[in-house]
Amino acid sequence: MVEEITTKKPYSKTFTRNMVLVVIVVSFVPMLLASGMILHQYSISYHEKLYAHLKEVVHRHAQDIDSFLNERLNNLQFLMDSCQNDVLLDESVLQEKLFQLQQKYEGVFEDLGVINENGLQEAYAGRFSLEKAEYSDAKWFREAFAKPYYISDVFLGLRSRPHFIVSVKTSHQGRYYLLRSTINFEAFNSLAENLRIGKTGFAFILNRSGEFQTKPHYDMLPSNKSYMDFIKAGKKATHGLYIGEIRDSSGLDQAIYLAALLKNEDWILVYQQQKQEAFSDLIRTQIVAAVILLLGALLIVIMNLLLFHKVINHMTEVDREKEMMNRQIIETGKLASVGRLAAGTAHEINNPVAIMVQEAGWIADLLKEEEFQKGKNLEEIQRALEQIGNQGKRCKEITHKLLSFARTSDTQIQDLQINEMIKEVVAISDKASYTGISINTYLDENIPVIYGSQTEIQQVLLNLINNALYALEKKGGKIDITTRLAGRYVLLIVEDDGPGIPKANLDRIFDPFFTTKPVGEGNGLGLSICFGIIQRMGGDIHVHSTVDAGTRFEIRLPLKKPTASKSDDRPVKASLNPGE
Amino acid sequence: MPKSQNLSGKKIKVLLVDDEKNFVEVLYKRLSRRNVDVTKTFSGTEGIQALRKVDFDVAILDLKMEDIDGLEVLKIFKKMYPKMEVIILTGHESEQTAREGLKYGAFAYLTKPCDFEYLIDTIRKAVSN
Repeated sequence: MVEEITTKKPYSKTFTRNMVLVVIVVSFVPMLLASGMILHQYSISYHEKLYAHLKEVVHRHAQDIDSFLNERLNNLQFLMDSCQNDVLLDESVLQEKLFQLQQKYEGVFEDLGVINENGLQEAYAGRFSLEKAEYSDAKWFREAFAKPYYISDVFLGLRSRPHFIVSVKTSHQGRYYLLRSTINFEAFNSLAENLRIGKTGFAFILNRSGEFQTKPHYDMLPSNKSYMDFIKAGKKATHGLYIGEIRDSSGLDQAIYLAALLKNEDWILVYQQQKQEAFSDLIRTQIVAAVILLLGALLIVIMNLLLFHKVINHMTEVDREKEMMNRQIIETGKLASVGRLAAGTAHEINNPVAIMVQEAGWIADLLKEEEFQKGKNLEEIQRALEQIGNQGKRCKEITHKLLSFARTSDTQIQDLQINEMIKEVVAISDKASYTGISINTYLDENIPVIYGSQTEIQQVLLNLINNALYALEKKGGKIDITTRLAGRYVLLIVEDDGPGIPKANLDRIFDPFFTTKPVGEGNGLGLSICFGIIQRMGGDIHVHSTVDAGTRFEIRLPLKKPTASKSDDRPVKASLNPGE
Repeated sequence: MPKSQNLSGKKIKVLLVDDEKNFVEVLYKRLSRRNVDVTKTFSGTEGIQALRKVDFDVAILDLKMEDIDGLEVLKIFKKMYPKMEVIILTGHESEQTAREGLKYGAFAYLTKPCDFEYLIDTIRKAVSN
């Protein structure tokens, strides 16, 4: 129990760190797994949904473009069927037909022409001066003449503007003619251009050699890919679509693309969009989730550290209390066994001492007889007898102290006003007039009564004050006695500024028979008795001491409980033989 | 009232019960010298037998005796002759036995070694009680 139990740290840093790590790992792993799975599933669903949507859009556009082209062929076929070829060779008729077509399909048909098998344009209607134009060397003419219906790639041609041609082959009077029309590039281009999503999603058309058939709206990726590249690199999906990803030359930007074949697989419609934009919602969700996870993780770590800090502190405190309790138990056990021994010895000593004292008294009685009054050593004998009596009393004092210590002393339990008792004891001590020693009291006048034995409390006070006086005997100093209320206890502090107690002695000062006083001056029971008395009252005593600075005894005595009244606590008369 | 006399003016009759023979002897001598009529007994049994024969004013009784415990003797004394006051004089200083002794009717509880004058004084008080 003796004070200042060093605040050891029984729980090493490694132990704490391992525990914190285990808890963090146990909390993190399920959280990360669950979050990862959810995010992964969400990402898959998002991809599927986005691609399904894009597939639908691209497929519909591809169908629209194919329909547009077929419709143009149908227009020409219808025109061919509705007129005789020789009529169409009449440029005014052709002009009229062109006008009708332009009326019906605004801005689509640019001109009409009839070309004979030698590549000569026999009739022409349109805003360019292409009458009698010669196409026999043109690539498109050869290809067109080989097929009943033909749609050319986009080319510059004689007019030096991007355009393409649709043509229908027919025969008249044994000769073959081509009815051809130039389709307005802008009108066609808008078909692909209409496919715009977000800032970076756009569509374009390529022919087999990788040439643009439409004007790309967006700055093309520098690494132009050919028609086949898209088909080879992509994965084939429903509706004859190809889906894939392309990376630009810098390797930083990635784009997704969907490709659909057009015009009997001559052309390919490619829709592409920056991946970052296409999946921007997903990426945002992932970032938010990551931030939440990170914050959650941070919170877990902080809470873990705080909680562990608290738990470790609590455990250390509990261990400290346990250690204190163990030491108290040992102390108490030691006191009990010494107490039993002391009680037995005290009783046995009292009887012979009583005989000695009575025999001495008997001698003193006899000395009063006349025959002894004249003896020359009478005075010396009387002095010796008196000495025997005094030493008998001293023996009794010792045995009485031993018995107090062993709890067999007489005590009368009553209500006590501790402040009054302190004043009395200080008054007695002051009478001793120790030179250079002052006793100061700082008493809280509002302290309620405590419940205990007056003699015992007196004994405690006297012991502590006497010890302090003894400590200050050589150099003088001051003794401060303080009382104050501390919860359900009265706190009594006896403090001196004497030489202090070395650490080695501090641990033993409550041990029975431990004394630093010279032989014959102290019996080493004072503080043991105090310890026992205070323990029995349900209080405790602690000592704090610093060498060359002083010693401080702190005693806590429980206040009287309202219900504490025992029937057999009546006073015992003649507890000690007065007059001795 | 002269010293060491009871109310009827006779010598105070004291019964000494203690198995510590030397103590009984010396106390006998000292009390006798103070004009007290002392009867020595060295055990509880002897004490009871002595009380059968004589009515004592006061008994001085030890507690720890080999044959009968002093408190038992006290109870018997109080039954046999309630008028007699009993002073317990023992080497066994104990709050509990003191309490019990007083409960069974002892006049006082003194511990050895006891000042002789104080003992005489207590005897006188017991007699006048």
